[in-house]
Amino acid sequence: MRSETLTPQRAGAAAAAFSVVAALAAVLGFLLIQGWPALSAGLGELPSHAENMWQLAGPLVFGSVLVAAIAMLFALPVALGTALYLVFYAPKRVATVLGGALDLLAAVPSVVYGLWGIMVLAPALAGPYAWLNENLGWIPFFAGEASATGRTALTAALVLAVMVLPLTASVIRSALALVPEASIEGAYALGATRWETIKLAALPFARRSIVAGSMLGLGRALGETMAVAMVLSPTPFLIGIKLLTSENPNTVAAYLAQTFPESHGIETSALIALGLALFAITCAVNSLARWITREKTK
Amino acid sequence: MNELEIKDLNAYYGDFLAVSQVNMDIPDKSITAFIGPSGCGKSTLLRTLNRMHEAVPGGRITGEVALEGQDLYGSGVDPVGVRRKVGMVFQKANPFPSMSIYENVIAGVRLRNKRISRKDADELVERSLRQANLWDEVHDRLQTPGGALSGGQQQRLCIARAVAVEPKVILLDEPCSALDPVSTLAIEQLLLELKERYTVVIVTHNMQQAARVSDQTAFFHADAEAWAELTRLEATLGDKSLPQGTRPPGRLVEYAPTDELFNNPRNKATADYLSGRFG
Ligand SMILES: Nc1ncnc2c1ncn2[C@@H]1O[C@H](COP(=O)(O)OP(=O)(O)O)[C@@H](O)[C@H]1O
Ligand SMILES: [Mg+2]
Repeated sequence: MRSETLTPQRAGAAAAAFSVVAALAAVLGFLLIQGWPALSAGLGELPSHAENMWQLAGPLVFGSVLVAAIAMLFALPVALGTALYLVFYAPKRVATVLGGALDLLAAVPSVVYGLWGIMVLAPALAGPYAWLNENLGWIPFFAGEASATGRTALTAALVLAVMVLPLTASVIRSALALVPEASIEGAYALGATRWETIKLAALPFARRSIVAGSMLGLGRALGETMAVAMVLSPTPFLIGIKLLTSENPNTVAAYLAQTFPESHGIETSALIALGLALFAITCAVNSLARWITREKTK
Repeated sequence: MNELEIKDLNAYYGDFLAVSQVNMDIPDKSITAFIGPSGCGKSTLLRTLNRMHEAVPGGRITGEVALEGQDLYGSGVDPVGVRRKVGMVFQKANPFPSMSIYENVIAGVRLRNKRISRKDADELVERSLRQANLWDEVHDRLQTPGGALSGGQQQRLCIARAVAVEPKVILLDEPCSALDPVSTLAIEQLLLELKERYTVVIVTHNMQQAARVSDQTAFFHADAEAWAELTRLEATLGDKSLPQGTRPPGRLVEYAPTDELFNNPRNKATADYLSGRFG
């Protein structure tokens, strides 16, 4: 029987829960009140000489989602493969060492990733980009004129992918480590190979965590500022999917970081409204994740 | 005819010898029970019969296990293929939790035959569930999760899953130890029906169960004194092949038709165990 009396522990837990909600409401309220004036602002009042809030926000939101989505496209399969390897294939010692390395990677500050992106990744990729552009240019993502510096939306996405990989992989790895031994043995006893055992017993069990890990990664990619701001030299108001050119869309987070220090008055409001937009996207991503992993009820 | 022939079998976990020098023949279309105190190596031996033993780290054997005359441990024999011929049901029922009853039953078949037609699949599911005496209870909710069934039903679902791949032998490791008496009776009844088609080997800690269902019974024991005696003897003979000073391995003490073993045990340890003096 669960006691319904108000113990200090219960009161404490309830207070903590409510304060989280209250803090969230406060942040949301702040963003709303501060950002509100920007919605009706016009030419001359907004940063980057935008005509209105939509012209400003649209391309940035588009850029954020595009770069983050491509990042996850690369990160998820690698993270899943890494986690599966660590849990089901690697010898114990290798798994320990690699697992430790993964956790270390997660702790590397994002500036470092940004530097690596500019100094190592971008120059290294300029050649392959030219090749892709030449041979697969008919694919819209590879169309246009390939950047000579390699500082493209694709490079930014790849840097983000490397950044979110450890987080995503470690969420998936912890879930895979919890797959019941009984399910695994059940699959083996049916004559499943190791890979079939993974498909039969492990992946269905870890499904929610795989989605959760991806969403955490996506959230981090969406909110990441430094790495993107360092790699990309954005073209204002651009909405485009050509990933290899030197004309790139900017992302909300990077734009905020670049513009905020110089802003005042209604411009600040506009930036806060952009923050609100980013908040809305992450909420949407989270709801989507919840919807995907919802319990099937009949 | 003998379905399984076990010759000079030693089973190890790393350096630890868990089961020593087992020789026994298991006749086909019959029920063979393994009994003995806990820790005497019943599960270990059972798991060597479908090469599940080697799935645990350090698990290895020496000796031979032949199914219909073919060495299961011969070079070039794929353990995955062995497990399809020798199915297994575990102590704790383990249906795949995310799958429906229907999908659980054909999970093993789908592994090899992805394109099984809807009609064939339906038939197979019904046949397997009928063989497991579960059809009448679940035929109207095949799409519900297998994990939502009662413990006894889940165990029969696992039996249906095992028979669906049409094995020759079914191994059961204390399949009733977590079940109530009514569910236990249902499984025992089922085993008697299964032996019409399959060779059944069951580990049980329940002597009455062995007496009720099995045709022959094997009594195992990890006897410290006997082992000390044996290693001393071997040492004086200069044989260094036996590991010294470890925990005693389980050994097959007596193997006989069930009534004979229960009514007329030839070995003192068997008699002591049956009369409840240890274990
Ligand atoms: N995975 C394992 N690793 C090491 N030793 C084990 C393992 N499983 C069982 N053993 C040991 O092997 C011996 C036989 O165990 P088991 O076959 O489970 O006995 P039983 O099923 O008769 O109770 C015991 O001494 C046990 O401690
Ligand atoms: Mg056991």
